[in-house]
Formats: sequence, structure tokens, C-alpha cells
Amino acid sequence: MAGEIQNPIIRVRDITVQFGATRVLDGLNLDVKRGEILGFVGPSGAGKSVLTRTIIGLVPKVAGSIEVFGVDLDSSGASQRRNVERRWGVLFQQGALFSSLTVRQNIQFPMREYLRVSQRLMDEITMAKLTMVGLKPEVAERFPSELSGGMIKRVALARALSLDPDLVFLDEPTSGLDPIGAGDFDELVRTLQRTLGLTVFMVTHDLDSLYTACDRIAVLGNGKIIAAGSIADMQASQHPWLRQYFHGKRARAVMG
Amino acid sequence: MSGDPKLERIARGNALALCATGTWTASFAPVLERMVTEAEKLAGTPQSIFIDVSEIAQLDTFGAWLIERLRRSLTKGPVEAQIAGLSANYSSLVDEVRRVRATAVVDSNPITISGMLEQIGRAVAGVAGTVAGLVDMLGAVLAAWFRVLIHPRSFRLTSTVHHMEQVCWRAVPIIVLITFLIGCIIAQQGIFHFRRFGADIFVVDMLGVLVLREIGVLLVAIMVAGRSGSAYTAELGSMKMREEIDALRTMGFDPIEVLVLPRMMALVLALPILAFLGAMAALYGGGLVAWLYGGVQPEAFLLRLRDAISIDHFIVGIVKAPVMAAVIGIVACVEGLAVQGSAESLGQHTTASVVKGIFFVIVMDGVFAIFFASIGM
Repeated sequence: MAGEIQNPIIRVRDITVQFGATRVLDGLNLDVKRGEILGFVGPSGAGKSVLTRTIIGLVPKVAGSIEVFGVDLDSSGASQRRNVERRWGVLFQQGALFSSLTVRQNIQFPMREYLRVSQRLMDEITMAKLTMVGLKPEVAERFPSELSGGMIKRVALARALSLDPDLVFLDEPTSGLDPIGAGDFDELVRTLQRTLGLTVFMVTHDLDSLYTACDRIAVLGNGKIIAAGSIADMQASQHPWLRQYFHGKRARAVMG
Repeated sequence: MSGDPKLERIARGNALALCATGTWTASFAPVLERMVTEAEKLAGTPQSIFIDVSEIAQLDTFGAWLIERLRRSLTKGPVEAQIAGLSANYSSLVDEVRRVRATAVVDSNPITISGMLEQIGRAVAGVAGTVAGLVDMLGAVLAAWFRVLIHPRSFRLTSTVHHMEQVCWRAVPIIVLITFLIGCIIAQQGIFHFRRFGADIFVVDMLGVLVLREIGVLLVAIMVAGRSGSAYTAELGSMKMREEIDALRTMGFDPIEVLVLPRMMALVLALPILAFLGAMAALYGGGLVAWLYGGVQPEAFLLRLRDAISIDHFIVGIVKAPVMAAVIGIVACVEGLAVQGSAESLGQHTTASVVKGIFFVIVMDGVFAIFFASIGM
């Protein structure tokens, strides 16, 4: 067990990503440990989403290697890759719900593909997931276009969690939620992490989330990780951007 | 430490203990569901029931829910099933699923005969709605046009030129190619069949009249409906989906004036140009085949063409073009603005745009044929 904990669940080595002549990520290294909630911050446009998308395999990289669950995603075969994909869930920034399916069908879509279970159990699990993310069962028959922004986020989380993954990627999960909703969301992520042993990779700008939900924080700048550690490490850091971020007006308000 | 999940029954007098062991996770969900359904049949038999979960190696939402479901169905009347041996790790997860209200999911629209009849009825009634929508859009476009005539500076020239490039300039190669080939085919077929009567040369008459009056403009209009009508619907539809059209409205712009009018203008200007180019390409192709296949010399072809057709034929063809363009544009814009939130809706309206566009083009062509016949052109 001890060895497993030390093995990082995501191991990113010397990743370089380039769009045309602009180098977005430049020899980046990052480890995400099993069972932790990693908050990933950085200035807008620094490439936080790009890194997330590179790890998931949506953006091609120029150099470097990525291992998820100890599987090198470049050299793995299709079935091995599918196994990895089945064990992670992704919450996209805009939700990315399938617009022609109802909420219920959206959440059941991965189950239908990967599990052979009865319709009754799928319906019940869907209701359980909806309750978990704080939505009423009536929402199940609605279409994504009939939902508010916050509800879309919650349904998208329910879909990301539908197969009870070991790892979830959350791309700005609390943006667009009211503060109470965002607080609930952080609490929810915490609960799920505790109960399911979930590992969470969370791109966020929400200082509250960083303080209440995250175990560790990594900061992206100039295509590299400029700092990684606990919230106390971040506050002690002398890096100018970090100083501004964690000692600015908003940060002081959060800390009270 | 993980293993196949099991649910063992241990009877102790009046009490029954159900011991759950192994991995209760999503990957074992089918097995788990079968076991739980089996155990649910025990409801009501013993006095008290315990579900012992202390030996469970791994639990996730699927497993936790199935245990909760078992607990609920075994709880009947005086008998209350209890979950025992819950480790601290999993207690919050079980508490979480305990909050779930079991609601039956109703199949929203079962297929019935009356339902199918209702759909047919709605579709027929919808035809009137379609026509009303088209007339409405025609009125809105004309109103916007008059506003632009009064205040010419509000006309969006850049946008119109941009759409002209998309609809007209970029369509030239494919339109010229296809009409050229159609001209070749008409000439070849004409010569092949007329030759038996020794009437080869009349192929020129047929080609001239057919291309200038009908085929040129009709074929081009159908291609434009498929090429540009669908593009208009998809553009406006995805703008509608992303609330861009609402954004325009809140800034005080009229979407008809900003989006629809430039597109309509571009199409109305483009179609006569394309129809003319198409007709020329078809005549050229026909002439080429007549020369190479039918042995009609180019000089003879041109002389015959001059005798066979008059300017009337050309006018009859070209006058139809802007009207057909307007019909295509209005249908495309109405469909685009009718798109709802889903990707499926966008697909349906794009299909409808092309189908209705082609249908109305052919209807208009028929109306024109009757009109020109009655005025003797």
C-alpha cells in the first residue's frame, strides 16, 4: 500500500506544447499524488487548460512523457488507454453536456458504454448522483439548454463521476456559481475525495477553493511549474505573481 | 485484499445477517445487482435483519446504493433492516446515498397510434405556420431594407461584400464545372437521339432554349440552396444557440438588419451572376460536344444559336434568379433563427432549410412558367 501511495497517479515529465511559434508549455514537470486534491493556478492564458487537455490527450505535445495510473499514454495500446479513460472523469469548463440528450441520458451515457447493468439500476444511480451534486430529481428529464449555468456545472460533475472514477479533472468547477453554491461544491469535492479515495486535479481561480478544498497547490507560469506546495508555502513564497495573488485585496478578504 | 463480491446469509434464530464481502464497485455492478435482487426476496420472513458491511474491501456509489436499496426493500412494517459494521471511511458515502429519494422514472413519450396521429395533425397544422413565418420574415427584411434606404449609412457594406465573396466568388468554380458538364450531357443526348431523324442541328435550339430559360437558373438555384442556404442556417442557428443574437438585441441592434439583410442582399446579387456564368458554361460545354461528337462546326453552332434564341429567352431566365435567391435566403434565415438549444435541432433546421429551399425554388419556377406562357414570352 505504501508503495502505491508514493507512486504518483499522474506523472508529467518535460512536457512541451507549442501552437505555431508560441511555446505554451516548456519542459514542464508535475506529479499528482494518489488521493490528493491538487489546485492548479496561474495567470489567465498561462496554459492551465492546455496542460489539462494535454494530459487527457486532446492536445498533442511536442516532447515529454505523461503517465497516468502508471501507464505511459504514448506507448499504450487502444484497450489499455480505454481502461485508463474509464478510470478518469473530466469536467469541462463549459460543461460540454450532450445537447440532444436529457440530463438523465447524459449521466447514463458512460454507464451504458462501459457497464452492463439494468435500466433500473442506472436510473437509481443517476438519481443518487444528482442528489450528491445537489440537484433535484425533477432535473433529470430536462435538456441542457433548459438548465442554468450552475446546474450545467453540477450535471457535468455528475456525468464525470458517473462511473465512480479514481481521478477527476475539474476545469474551473466553481466559476459561474454563487458563493454558497461554490462552497457546497468544494465541500462536495472534499466529501467525494474522502469517501471514494478520489484524486482531484482542479484548475481554479477561486481562492476559497484553494483554502478550503485543496491539499496542495501548483502554480503555472512561463510554461513551467513555478511553485508547488501547501497553501502556507504559497503565502511564504517571494515570487512576485504569487505575492500579488495570495496577498492581494481579494486574498485578504478571504483570509479575514 | 480485493476480490469478487459476495453476500452471505447467516441465520441466527429469528434474526438474519447478510454479510457483504469483497469489492462492491461499479465494475462488479451486474453481479452485485443480481445478488441484491436475490436477497430482496427475503423481505418479511425474519424478525430482524442486519446487513454486515465490515468485510467490504472497496465501496463506491454503485455498491453503496445497492446496499441502501437492499436495506430499504428489507425494511417492511415492524421489521427494520440495519446496516452494521460500517467503517468511518464509508459512512459519509452511505449517508449520502441514504438521502436519495427513489423516484420512478416515467417514460416520457411512449409510441401510440393516437400519438402518431397527433404528430401528423401537428405537422399539417405546421404548414400554415411555416408560410406565416416566411411572410413574416419577408416583411421584416423589406422593412429593414426601407430603413436602410432612408438611412443609407446604416447599410452594412463590409458584411455584404464578405457574404458576396462566400456565396458568389467562391461558388464560381463548382457552379461553372457542374453546369459545363450538364451542358455537355444535354448536347450529347440531343445529338444521339436527333441523329436518327437527321435533325442534328436542332440540338442547338434545344440547348439554347433549355439552358437559358430553365436549366441554367434552376440548377444554379438548387446548388446555391444546398451550398449557401445551409451555411446561412447553420451560422444563424449556432449564433442563436450561443445567445449571440440575444446579445445583439440587448445592444440595441436589429438582428434582421445586422445579420439577415446583408446575407439576403449578397444572395440576391449573387444568384443572377452565377446563373449567367452557369448558362454560359453550359452553352460552351454543349457547343464543345456538338463540335467534337456531333461534328457541328463552332461557326455553324453560333449562327444557329443566334437564329434559335432571342433576348427574351435570356430575360426569362435571368429575371427568375433574384426572386429564387430571395426565397432561398428567407427560408434559410427563418430556419436559422428557429434553432433551439441542441445540436440535433441545428441539424434538423439545416436539413429543413435545404429541403424547403429547393421545394420553393421549384414551385417558383412553375409559377414563372405559367406567368411567362400567359404573357407570351
